[in-house]
Amino acid sequence: MNLIGLYNYWIVVVLMMIGFYVVIAHENLIKKLVGLSIFQTSVFFFYISMGKISDATPPILDPRFDLYSNPLPHVLILTAIVVGIATTALGLALVVRIQESYGSIEEYEIQTQDTQDQMESQLEAYGFRKKHVLSIQNLDE
Amino acid sequence: METLIDFVLLSFLVLTALAVAKMNDLFAVVMLSGIYSLISASLFLDLDAVDVAFTEASVGAGISTLLFLASLKLVGRYEKRTRYRPMLALGVVLVTGTLLIYGTLDMPHFGAADAPVHQHVAPRYLEDSKTEIGVPNVVTSVLASYRGYDTLGETIVVFTAGIGVTSLLRVSRRTKREERGKVPADMQQQIILRVVAKWMLPLIMVFALYVQFHGDYGPGGGFQAGVIFAAGVILYTMLYGLSTTRKVFRREMLEYLAAGGVLLYAGVGLVCMFLGGNFLDYNVLRHDPVHGQHLGILLVELGVGITVATVMMTIFFKFTWRTVKHKYFVK
Repeated sequence: MNLIGLYNYWIVVVLMMIGFYVVIAHENLIKKLVGLSIFQTSVFFFYISMGKISDATPPILDPRFDLYSNPLPHVLILTAIVVGIATTALGLALVVRIQESYGSIEEYEIQTQDTQDQMESQLEAYGFRKKHVLSIQNLDE
Repeated sequence: METLIDFVLLSFLVLTALAVAKMNDLFAVVMLSGIYSLISASLFLDLDAVDVAFTEASVGAGISTLLFLASLKLVGRYEKRTRYRPMLALGVVLVTGTLLIYGTLDMPHFGAADAPVHQHVAPRYLEDSKTEIGVPNVVTSVLASYRGYDTLGETIVVFTAGIGVTSLLRVSRRTKREERGKVPADMQQQIILRVVAKWMLPLIMVFALYVQFHGDYGPGGGFQAGVIFAAGVILYTMLYGLSTTRKVFRREMLEYLAAGGVLLYAGVGLVCMFLGGNFLDYNVLRHDPVHGQHLGILLVELGVGITVATVMMTIFFKFTWRTVKHKYFVK
């Protein structure tokens, strides 16, 4: 029983780490957002698990019951879920705009384009013409 | 029994999350994350968090999946294979995970009634809210009254996110003109869906209103009701087209209502101040403090419901208009 009592928290850690891994290891921005929302829900489980009392009922007062689970985590998480979807929507809107201006949502490709732009503008500042500027792919070879 | 269900659902969640991490077809990933939300909702129900389960079911399994699908239509379906083997990321994750698990070792066990979290404010809410607020659902009384500031902040965050999406995904008049009077082509043949949706719509709306106004007595409240209402409208939009829905839910109206909900919430707080109480202290709204609390909670939840519903609709419309724009103007 000693170890089973912490099972919920361990699963929370596992889920959080899966989300974390998706966020840092994957290049695709949509995938990153999905990972972020897995990370976020793991925190929700953590709060709600802490609020649970064995054999209690949901915190809706009724004379027939006298043991209720803790209502405070419920309040915090309820609002967090709605705020979470609002911020996710904002993230998705940014992803859509990135796709429109870069033609890609893979992080590596976006960074390559940014580096190339930066190099071109720096070389131009030193007086090179645009057509003489090497592209980053040529430099790689 | 509760613990057994808890175990099974948590294991399902881990499996779903692993599948999400593994797959590179984003459509499958999004559908799996919808399933993930549904399992989460069941888990919340099992852990006595009925209000949270309600919210997760309508937000996570409903609106969130839809928004992801709408953006997939704009950005493409497949993830490119990563070029290198991400061992470093795996290492970081393993080390962090081990440290976190080490941190859980001295936590009070799951379900323990004598855990520190249950000692501080929760007993006060559970014992006194009946006489102070007079609302059976303690979650509602904490949400709208004891922690009213917090909820006002959250409502403003939702509103701000709506503004952000609106300014990022603006719709040109040209796009709207192009779409006028059109119905999504692939939905025109779906007669069964269209007929059923027409019957479902009023029921969904009535249910949303029930959730809104019954939130004091059972699970529910402004956040859930707003999302359910928006889901009904979104269902209608998917089947009958944007320009049909736009006749009823005009852009200006949605924007004014989104701001109006926040104003209603904050306005109730200001009225309380003018009547001699503190900001959002509903006791002074009526002669009897409990009646004042009832009125205050009702108005505040209404403000939340209006803002959440209109912001969710606005966000969905913006994404859908973007796909329309891509259809006509982007190669």
